[in-house]
Amino acid sequence: MSAMSSNWDRRSVLRAAAGLAALGPLAACGSNNGRSGGGSSGKSIKQYFHAYGEAGVEDALKRYAKGYDKAAVNTQWITSADYESKLFSALLTDNAPDVFEFHPQIQLIKSGQVADLSDIIDPVKSDFNPADIASHTVDGKIYGVRMIDDPQFFFYRKSVLEKAKIQPPTTLDELMEAAAKLTTGKVKGLFIGNDLHAVINPLIWSSGADTLDAKNQIAYHTEGVKEGIKKMRQLFTSGHLLLDAPTDYWDPSAIVQGLTPIQFCGMWAMPVMQKALGDDLGIFPFPKVTDSGKQSVVNGGWSMFVNAKGKNADLAKEYVKWLWIDQKKYQEDFALSYGFHIPPRASIAASATKLKTGLPAEGVKLFNDFGHFDNIGWTQAMITALEDVFANCVRKNGDPEAELSKADTTVNRELKKLFG
Amino acid sequence: MSTTTTRGVARPASAQASPARPRRGLRGSSTFNFWLFTSPFLIGLTVFVYVPIGWSLWLSFFEARFTVTPSKFVGFDNYWQMLQDSKFTGSLVTFTVFAAFIVPATWALSLGLALLVNRLRFMKAFFRSVFFLPTACSYVAAALVWKMSMFSGVRFGLMNTILGWFGVENIAWLANPDPPWYWLVIVTLRLWLQAGFYMILFLAALQNIPPELYEAAAIDGAKPGWQTFRHITLPQLRATSTAVILLLVIAAYQAFDEFFNLLAKTTWGRPPLVELYYTALGESQDYGEGSAGAVILTLLILIVTLVQGKFLGFGRGDDK
Repeated sequence: MSAMSSNWDRRSVLRAAAGLAALGPLAACGSNNGRSGGGSSGKSIKQYFHAYGEAGVEDALKRYAKGYDKAAVNTQWITSADYESKLFSALLTDNAPDVFEFHPQIQLIKSGQVADLSDIIDPVKSDFNPADIASHTVDGKIYGVRMIDDPQFFFYRKSVLEKAKIQPPTTLDELMEAAAKLTTGKVKGLFIGNDLHAVINPLIWSSGADTLDAKNQIAYHTEGVKEGIKKMRQLFTSGHLLLDAPTDYWDPSAIVQGLTPIQFCGMWAMPVMQKALGDDLGIFPFPKVTDSGKQSVVNGGWSMFVNAKGKNADLAKEYVKWLWIDQKKYQEDFALSYGFHIPPRASIAASATKLKTGLPAEGVKLFNDFGHFDNIGWTQAMITALEDVFANCVRKNGDPEAELSKADTTVNRELKKLFG
Repeated sequence: MSTTTTRGVARPASAQASPARPRRGLRGSSTFNFWLFTSPFLIGLTVFVYVPIGWSLWLSFFEARFTVTPSKFVGFDNYWQMLQDSKFTGSLVTFTVFAAFIVPATWALSLGLALLVNRLRFMKAFFRSVFFLPTACSYVAAALVWKMSMFSGVRFGLMNTILGWFGVENIAWLANPDPPWYWLVIVTLRLWLQAGFYMILFLAALQNIPPELYEAAAIDGAKPGWQTFRHITLPQLRATSTAVILLLVIAAYQAFDEFFNLLAKTTWGRPPLVELYYTALGESQDYGEGSAGAVILTLLILIVTLVQGKFLGFGRGDDK
């Protein structure tokens, strides 16, 4: 009997545990149902954002959303490293976001996934950076509202380079030399991310090539790009690159913690770096790869899109107009209060005093002088194809010509689908 | 009361007891009870397992890009595509290499741990728990610990610190596939996570070996140690070993989390499930080809399991 009663004890304990476990998800259901957070009309909108690394951005976005009184806005903060695949698979389901941030990519327009926003942008079109309008326009219609422009370039520790008597590199060879000289027992000379994919586009531009030409045909398959890839392979195997750092290129930790004196990063991280390093910080664009090339800067950024296939497309459009066209205070706050981003609207950029002097002003200058904006015809499948080239030729010892040809097949198939 | 006694004691007792039970009314209600208790599970199984399997089989014959309700029938085109796709066939090779490492290694390590713990006189329960605990950790969490602190490429990563004491250069464990150090990261991670669980299985089996066998062996002159282990312990563990190996192979086929988290944006080190994830849920969202790949994988697992069953005799019941 004693064995039996202990048996029953155990069972009741298990039963209680199971009961508690069953209550867990119920409790979770109660709180995150998309209906929370104000809203009088009972309508709701779901918005997707990738996880910004700067402190306070998530709260800011939720705070802006709370100010909207025509619908409750539910913000999904996607922390996953591959935001695009999360977004693309969510767009297929009933649970799709009504509003989402992304980069302009034409397949979303061809498939009717994103709504035409010309009518809300047209009245203020002249206030936007013309390049940002152009990169969102297909056949005269504008499909997304640019929120922020994010130039990406190299940051370096002035004192470290001075001590080693190195000028900021202007060619890839100089960059490789600098990396070699600056590498010591404790510090690696250069950090361009753990997978190096962040510098694919600058490498192409600085070789005098482009992703696609004006007729939407392959423009990256050149001798200069091949040379650049071979040099990147040299750099990768030289032992002068910081690899497998705990954080990736978009996070300022590597340079701030002194793991490297030169890091490829974005202007968003400038405030954190300045706070940690003070004046001991300079910037330079991606150096020339070939003689015919020109230094380059990635003018990345994020834009708001409306899901045309969503149930609340009209409401979502109104919300985008309200926040990203009308509410200039919020737009300014978003661009300048957390990380540094360049406001795409001239009227906001004009009053952005934080970007007028010192290093931020230099960043704006690089953005204007060397920047390449998004090409709407360059889609995710093509981006992945070139990432595979980089993985196989830089991190592995593949043949650039063979790998680029393989990418050509993929890119051409995609181009044919999109442009016929 | 009768139920509690028959359960533990012996089978004949229940055989005698059952005809004596009253039959009236039970038949109807037991059927009802059967459905009452099994239906929640069956409904879940149908909705979440059988319907998706059937749906995926159906999808595999259609051109299903960006949709799960396709209309263009393409026959075996998707299968043909997948079999020609060097990434998919490469992933099968990756898996084979991985399984060839991880199955014997986990088997040996968990058996070794079980033997050690079994011999302990003090704190047996403590060590049993300590070795079992990692099983409770999620692969994703462990992968992040492995990536960011143990095998990080910076000088203060745990492994690089240790190597630094011997004057070895920092190693980029994951970024550089040449030499393929990433296998070390993946194999050690999985060993740490799953060895404890299989150790418990072996421990149970070890405790089931009758001590008389060891006594008899000792009287016959068998030396304790390797001889006893080789001729008594190992044969007695045959059934458990077979089960453990089968479970390990299945677990290896299901490998996803640590590969996905440790080797993002690579073209190497992708087992089949990761490859299929990128095919079906990546930017191309090709559910047709993804499903075809899943069916091919299922067939492979089926064949391997049948062949393994034939050689190792799992499931025949007789394990003596």
